[in-house]
Amino acid sequence: MSWALKLEGRQRDVDGAERKSNRQLASALMKPIKTHFRSAVALEKTVVRPSTQGVQNMSILSPGSLAPSFDLPVTPDQKLSLDALRGRPVILAFYPADWSPVCGDQMALYNEVLSEFHRFHAEILGISVDGPWCHQAFVHDRKLRFPLLADFEPKGATAKKYGAYRDVEGVCERALFVIDGAGVIRWSYCSPVAINPGADGIIEALEQLRA
Amino acid sequence: MAHLRIPVGPEDHTQGKTDALITLVEYGDYQCPHCGRAYPIVKAVQKHFGDRLRFVFRNFPLQEAHPWAEAAAETAEFAAAEGKFWPMHDLLFENQNRFGGELFARLGSQLGLNPRSLQQALDDGLFAERVRHDFSGGVRSGVNGTPTFFINGQRHDRDFEFDTLVETLSLHIPRK
Repeated sequence: MSWALKLEGRQRDVDGAERKSNRQLASALMKPIKTHFRSAVALEKTVVRPSTQGVQNMSILSPGSLAPSFDLPVTPDQKLSLDALRGRPVILAFYPADWSPVCGDQMALYNEVLSEFHRFHAEILGISVDGPWCHQAFVHDRKLRFPLLADFEPKGATAKKYGAYRDVEGVCERALFVIDGAGVIRWSYCSPVAINPGADGIIEALEQLRA
Repeated sequence: MAHLRIPVGPEDHTQGKTDALITLVEYGDYQCPHCGRAYPIVKAVQKHFGDRLRFVFRNFPLQEAHPWAEAAAETAEFAAAEGKFWPMHDLLFENQNRFGGELFARLGSQLGLNPRSLQQALDDGLFAERVRHDFSGGVRSGVNGTPTFFINGQRHDRDFEFDTLVETLSLHIPRK
């Protein structure tokens, strides 16, 4: 049975010029995304939480590793690279898919917790294999105020570099990375795919980064 | 497993005895329909366990999703300052489908609270810091949506149906 079915059943890098434009883009992205779309955000618990923890992928990159670079679409005509955010902490949140209620939960939670992340001058990026048009619709629907990157072509290439790709299902793991201003991974965590990991681990890692 | 980082203390809104065998903490949002559904379930669970259970409610308003959640939380805190937290907590959940307009003032009046003082407190954000404190503590404890329950400090990762809660809570009662 695929992870999607399981969830349902449980009902509920770059040269100087590019770098500059990436930085401008990144800064523009962090401003609230205005939208007239209004719809309910499914952060409430719509699913019965699973009692089984699932199989954890033990191969995600560990603290101390240099964070692999990437340059991924953030909208249908714009890209964002990790290097553009050099100098401040970056939270990378790989997740399986837009729209699934559990994923919505996690991204919607981070949307509510953005001010907490910003206190550490940290930026958060969501990454899944969904295409940029899909991300755009999802961002508007859920009123997300942080960028979602499309690890779409070649599919999952960035996730694979982080050890956060599920070959069988062809989606990203629910994996979190906190990267320091120098581009070194300082904390990583792979959650069972059906469990929203919350934000406590991220906040703790950011606190330690600052200490 | 995620656990409660902020111990239950005198600042908390609690029902039941301090030395109760079980402490159930809910991080909730007055405008969240799932919290609304959990509200009568928690009442039934409290009745079931009686003195053996202490219940604690903390604010976790999802402001991006629920435009009235913050004002509702601050209204409950205003009532708390007048010794009427629990009656207001109950009224808010019982009226969550009618949030907006004059509702908060009307609920306040119903409890004998001065509607103008309430409005002033909301306008000034008098209780915003208190609500924010609850929210931050919840984030640090691993609250990952609403409602999130903690049983004797451990996050409850199962559903919140009556039977499930009773079963899980019972594990914390020593066998005779």
